[in-house]
Amino acid sequence: MSFDKEYSNELITHMDGMAEYITVRIMNQLFGIPISQVREVFTPEAITNVPLSPKEIAGVLNLRGMIVTAVDMRMRLSLPPQEQGASYMAVGIDDHAESYCLLVDSVEEVMRLPKESKEPSPLAVQERWSHFTSGVHLLDGQLLVILNIHNVLNFNKEAA
Amino acid sequence: MGAWKKRINAVICIEGLRMDDLVAEFLSETVESLEIVDVELVKFEQDPSNVAGLDKVFRLLHTVKGSAGFLGLDRLGTLAHSTETLIDCFRDGAPVSDDSMTLTLEAIDRFRWMLEVLSENGQEPEGDDKEMLDRLAEMSKEVRERLENPSKGEAKTEKGESKKEEELSPEELNALFEQQVAEAEAAMAKEEQQNTKETSQDEKKASEVALNQQQHVAPDKPSPAKENSEPSEPKEAKGKLKSTSIRVNMDTIEHMMTMVSELVLTRNQLIEIIRQKDDASFNAPLQRLSSITSELQEGVMQTRMQPIGTAWQQIPRLIRSLNQQLNKHIEIEMIGSETELDRQVLELIRDPMTHMIRNSADHGIETPKEREEAGKTGGGTITLKAHHEGGHIILSISDDGKGINAEKVKEKAIRSGLITEADAIQMSDNQILRCIFEPGFTTTSEVSAVSGRGVGMDVVRSNIELIGGSIDLESKLNQGTTFIIKIPLTLAIISALIVQIGDAKIAIPQTNVDELVRAQNNSEHRIEFIDKTRVLRLRNRLLPLIDLKEVLGLKKAESSDHSEDNEGFVIVANVGNRVFGILVDAVFHTEEIVVKPLSSPLRDIDYFSGNTLLGDGSVILIIDVNGIAKNVGSIAPLDQESEHTLHHENGLKNTSSMLLFKFGANEPKAVPLSIVTRLEDVPQSKIEHTSSGYVMQYRGRLMPLVTSENGVLPDRKTQHVLVFSDGDKTMGLVVDEILDIVNDYYDVELGSRQQGILGSAIIAEKATEIIDVTYYVAKAFSNEMTASEWGNQQSRKSILFVDDSLFFREMLPPILRSVGYYVTICESAIDALKLIENGGKFDVILSDLEMPEMDGIQFAEQIKSMQDYADIPMIALSSYTGSSVSSRCHQAGYLSHVAKYDREGLISSLFESISKTGAAA
Repeated sequence: MSFDKEYSNELITHMDGMAEYITVRIMNQLFGIPISQVREVFTPEAITNVPLSPKEIAGVLNLRGMIVTAVDMRMRLSLPPQEQGASYMAVGIDDHAESYCLLVDSVEEVMRLPKESKEPSPLAVQERWSHFTSGVHLLDGQLLVILNIHNVLNFNKEAA
Repeated sequence: MGAWKKRINAVICIEGLRMDDLVAEFLSETVESLEIVDVELVKFEQDPSNVAGLDKVFRLLHTVKGSAGFLGLDRLGTLAHSTETLIDCFRDGAPVSDDSMTLTLEAIDRFRWMLEVLSENGQEPEGDDKEMLDRLAEMSKEVRERLENPSKGEAKTEKGESKKEEELSPEELNALFEQQVAEAEAAMAKEEQQNTKETSQDEKKASEVALNQQQHVAPDKPSPAKENSEPSEPKEAKGKLKSTSIRVNMDTIEHMMTMVSELVLTRNQLIEIIRQKDDASFNAPLQRLSSITSELQEGVMQTRMQPIGTAWQQIPRLIRSLNQQLNKHIEIEMIGSETELDRQVLELIRDPMTHMIRNSADHGIETPKEREEAGKTGGGTITLKAHHEGGHIILSISDDGKGINAEKVKEKAIRSGLITEADAIQMSDNQILRCIFEPGFTTTSEVSAVSGRGVGMDVVRSNIELIGGSIDLESKLNQGTTFIIKIPLTLAIISALIVQIGDAKIAIPQTNVDELVRAQNNSEHRIEFIDKTRVLRLRNRLLPLIDLKEVLGLKKAESSDHSEDNEGFVIVANVGNRVFGILVDAVFHTEEIVVKPLSSPLRDIDYFSGNTLLGDGSVILIIDVNGIAKNVGSIAPLDQESEHTLHHENGLKNTSSMLLFKFGANEPKAVPLSIVTRLEDVPQSKIEHTSSGYVMQYRGRLMPLVTSENGVLPDRKTQHVLVFSDGDKTMGLVVDEILDIVNDYYDVELGSRQQGILGSAIIAEKATEIIDVTYYVAKAFSNEMTASEWGNQQSRKSILFVDDSLFFREMLPPILRSVGYYVTICESAIDALKLIENGGKFDVILSDLEMPEMDGIQFAEQIKSMQDYADIPMIALSSYTGSSVSSRCHQAGYLSHVAKYDREGLISSLFESISKTGAAA
């Protein structure tokens, strides 16, 4: 489902040549999430830990009567965990009729970037997160790594 | 037809319906009609006097024909017409033949197919049904002829007329029909003008129908179309039905259900908040909100409820085709078809149920010939029964067929490695039968078209367990088999116990909870540690405990010292026939929770079945007790047999929990935990020494204590006592040290020459001897000098058992010991003779017949020739039975001759032989 969404998103943005991203920061690295896939941004509260779950799953939480599975992006990207008591932000995403949210250090802004400025991920990024990224944008002085949300949320394929 | 169509179109316009809606309506109505047609046809075939049912079929088909006609569905219409013609022959009393009924049902199936295509494409399928129409026409002709020829003379006038009518071609009939309709139209149009405008649409329709009939019947002879001469009562009934029920899209109900679930959650949330606020002014409205919500919830659940009969509707049809395929005459009986359950559950049990019925028909019920040979009457019956019991529905599928052969199941189970031979000996027939639910098990070796396609009962079981149900069976050889399925009424909202484990709250479904026990150090229900394993004393048994904290990995490293958390709550849970305790920190309350599935990355965790929102808005996980039981290895089974038959069954299941302890000699000893009644730590001061040995006061009675061979109590303040009970007898085994409880898989090697030891096994990488509790119970009571059936030392008879087969040397002695004999084993007759010559004394000799070197006959002759031993009763064992063998045995001096597998026969002839010699002496 989100594939279609992503696909149509590409099509739309193709038309005016611009792509919109919500940029988030995870351990000083800037990441972009295609805005069409984001439902909302919120501050996560009361996350229930799920025993024996994959370590990338922070737990489940209640978002206005909906049960949302929280993915710890630091863990997902194999980065060291945040310090105790540090604050999180959550980016709500729907995938295959299931609700998820990505826990990130902070949410920055919405960015509109020309489509053609997206480049394939450099080797360094590929080595680390090849599966999770769909490309990069070069901003002044820093790299914006675009996340492939579908792969980030697909826990099964990896296991297989 | 033109006027009719116009009229209908007018109605459509008034109601604001579109053609699509009309087609959809037609589809759902016709699908329902066809189901009824199916049922009625099969009923009619069985009972040709059931003309009312046939009339119903005719009417329904007629309606289909009519509706298809004005919707422009010509293919359906034509087929309906031809089928109707054939059925009309039956209505006139033509005998129903098998092939004609099969053809009719085939036509009905063709309808279904066309309807499916129609619902997918919005169009009738391409092509035509010429071949089927021809067959139908031919069949009608044939049937009609069959009707006319034998019954020419007696045909009533009415029949004669109807025959005349039948001579009209279908086209002519159609024309006639249309004409009548047109007349009716005209008449109605007039009448309607006179009618007041407020007549409701429904009434209009009803009057339309009624008028139609009048008009149709009046100008004509009463005979031509029987459907119209039918009293209008059924149609009126249908009209009434229509006004009291409406069709609702399934999605709408599903959506309502979701919303109600949310409402329940919100209500719970509100209650939680108010509870904290302590403001009485909210109480009354909250109470009201609460009760309304509950009622609403019930109401919506009710809309999802459907009688189980809807899932049974296809079954008579299924049985019919099975009968044809298998050449059997099975009848189906359905009891409790009005029992309602959730639509979702209904859908989920449909397939397992059909599978089991196929199984019963194929494997359960015998062929007519076999039935005759077995002295059974009738072609066999499969009975479906359903009823409510608590929050469950109990569904049973039974047949009066040949039953399941436990021996065959046993062989198969052993061959496929499900159980070992040692297990098999110890298992009751029912336990063995349950093997058929294990994966990869099927009793028929060949695959048949009807069942046994590799999808076995394990799939049935897992499907049923998936919806929180359970399945069991009972089977009696030559009397039949009954499968009993227990399923929850609904899946959406369940009642759950909210508990605390560590920092987390967790929900445990109530259906799995038997009772709740508060375990305290000084109470009767105590948690005890046997090495690292916990058990709970509950009434008369030790229950294995599962620490959820440990299972879920929530245990903190530093709390490995377990002495501190000896107190807590134990939820006694049951899954299938297994009962075990789940240890939790605290129990809050029960709550109605809405089960929501876990997201896909979490779905692989077997311990959770879903998650839900609590009243306070927090998300909690729902425990899957099945998953817990499955993953925590095996848990001592608890069933009637193991409870009471201490002396028959020593519970040597290779995966049962074993209690390891030190007793006497150095090797660790073991005993199945399931037969230990209690574990007591007894202060030395409470143990008294009497002339008959050690005793202690236990629950107001004296309990004999048995110590290890040397007969001396270990010198210490408290003694570990294992308490065993059998009936009203209770004895204590004073052990040196309790080592552990293990749940490993192990092979028990039966047979030991040492008294009191049943066999040995490698447990926890150490050779371990399995204690024969029977022996010690007997010992305790012989010490006590009671003349009980355990017998005292003097009355215990000794048996010399001679057999060259290792298998029987291992299998029989434990059985013999368990019924109170001392057994000495010899591998050959020559060894046995040596033993006797050396002065061995035995009360009975039990010998195999087929042995190398010296066979049983020669052996007996030898014994009988010895002066001192000529009187010893001898019993022959043989795999062969038959009078010639028996007479040879008698000649050789054997008292009796028993088949090797006939345990009971053996025991009773042993008993007889001993009582005989007793009387002689």
